[in-house]
Amino acid sequence: MMNENSVLKVNSLTVGYTRKPVLWGIDFEIPRGKIVGIVGPNGAGKSTLLKSIMGVIPITNGSVKIFDQSLDEVRKRVSYVPQRESVDWDFPASVFDVVMMGRYGRLGLLNRPRKADKEVVLDCLEKVGMADFARRQISQLSGGQQQRVFIARALAQQADFYLLDEPFAGVDAATEETIIQLLRKMSEENKTLIVVHHDLQSVKKYFDWIIMLNVNLVAHGPTETTFTEENIKKTYGGKLTLLSDVRNILANTPYPTKENK
Amino acid sequence: MISFWIILTGALVAVSAGLLGCFLVLRRMSMVGDAISHAVLPGIVIAFLISGNREPLTILIGASTLGLVTTFIIEYLHKKAKVQGDAAIGVTYTFLFAVGVILLSLFAGQVDIDQDCVLYGEIAYVPIDTLITASGMNLGPRPVYLLGGLLIVIVSFIIFFYKQLSLTAFDPGFATAIGISTVLWHYLLMGLVSITTVVSFQSVGAILIINFLIGPPSIAYLITRSLKRMLIYTVIIGILIAFFGYQIAAYFDVSVAGCMAVTTGIIFAACFVYTSYNSKMKKKDIVMTQIPQSAETV
Repeated sequence: MMNENSVLKVNSLTVGYTRKPVLWGIDFEIPRGKIVGIVGPNGAGKSTLLKSIMGVIPITNGSVKIFDQSLDEVRKRVSYVPQRESVDWDFPASVFDVVMMGRYGRLGLLNRPRKADKEVVLDCLEKVGMADFARRQISQLSGGQQQRVFIARALAQQADFYLLDEPFAGVDAATEETIIQLLRKMSEENKTLIVVHHDLQSVKKYFDWIIMLNVNLVAHGPTETTFTEENIKKTYGGKLTLLSDVRNILANTPYPTKENK
Repeated sequence: MISFWIILTGALVAVSAGLLGCFLVLRRMSMVGDAISHAVLPGIVIAFLISGNREPLTILIGASTLGLVTTFIIEYLHKKAKVQGDAAIGVTYTFLFAVGVILLSLFAGQVDIDQDCVLYGEIAYVPIDTLITASGMNLGPRPVYLLGGLLIVIVSFIIFFYKQLSLTAFDPGFATAIGISTVLWHYLLMGLVSITTVVSFQSVGAILIINFLIGPPSIAYLITRSLKRMLIYTVIIGILIAFFGYQIAAYFDVSVAGCMAVTTGIIFAACFVYTSYNSKMKKKDIVMTQIPQSAETV
């Protein structure tokens, strides 16, 4: 039975590009208002999981329910942030143009952006600290600024459930801090966020729920009880030569809670 | 009057093809336009053989079908059979064009098209094919009306569906996620490219169409970083090419289509030199201004 508080329910999801499965029999559910991290080695299918939830990649088998409905019924409540490298930043567009694309889902087939849409866009740029860059060409942005633009575009969708593909990859420390603060504020507003993440060191600091993935689902649940050395070992297998480093990190860092951050 | 009709025809083709070409160039699919412009040939011949006439509508249907088939085969080979994108294009269109050439030579007696005309066209003959009313009034060349109608279709397509066209070109993943079908807009765009190719090839030939599909948008892309301005500049550049191309051809008494293509190359080279020089100067500026900017607000 679907939990009333559950935002996403993935049921025996299998995805394969050619014949080799990229994801195999994935089953999990995530509760509302959490910041959920997805970790796993390269090729574990982290991005594929997000893409298949968003219907960008066809599902081979299984089902995905968002707010207990199919994606088509709740598309306006869901927002997706692709990997920054997935687009051509030399595309002729300004920061404002790109963030406005976040409004396209709400505009009809033929409608043009109205004044209210423009206000939302400027407000979202303000939130990510890019208000002064609205007229800037996207080709002139740094990696961190590009990521902020993508986050602003997602905010402009005014959704309840956000899926972010590696928002912290290759960004400066200031941007990382801005983004995580923003995510925390959103989760306080009872929005739910799923974040593909690479840096194991910050997992305990950033996420209250974790999905550990390596083609199969290794573990999922509250970070505190799930992100254990044993599960990390299972997820990364022999691939993680830095395993001893991680062990040290886990041993030496106290678990910081969201409140005292 | 003759020169006016030739320039107008050239400009109409340049603007129609250029506007669609902007989206091809941005999707990194310039060569798909090349492929389509060649691969419609068998479609034209087959439509001709089946219907036995040169009614524009029959030929349009035949050619657009083949254009979409070409697009489909290229996509299939690339995505499903994992053939390299450019190799998929090369294999597909040379095959289809060759089939067209064979059909043409097989049924040469029944089909009133020749291969040279397909490739090079003859824009200078445009004024001969005139539309004359029952009362004997000369309304000007027939291709101009067809091309004019096509231009209206293309301009409204881009104005009404600017959102969908720009988003599917910039970020297909995000477009799909918000429910805009990338496949649908891909095929609509390619369908229009096929129709444009067919309507234009009789007057300007396949080679000049490729030039108009890719040349003006690439020049506009060099000189602006705004999609709306890129579209407007493409229109202006297209008209300039048609005008100066014709003047040069008339002066030296050489091929009109050839001169238009050469004009495109010259304008491209000039813009390229200008922008590279400019960006060098700008880089000096940026180095000076970027120091305070690195302390940007968080």
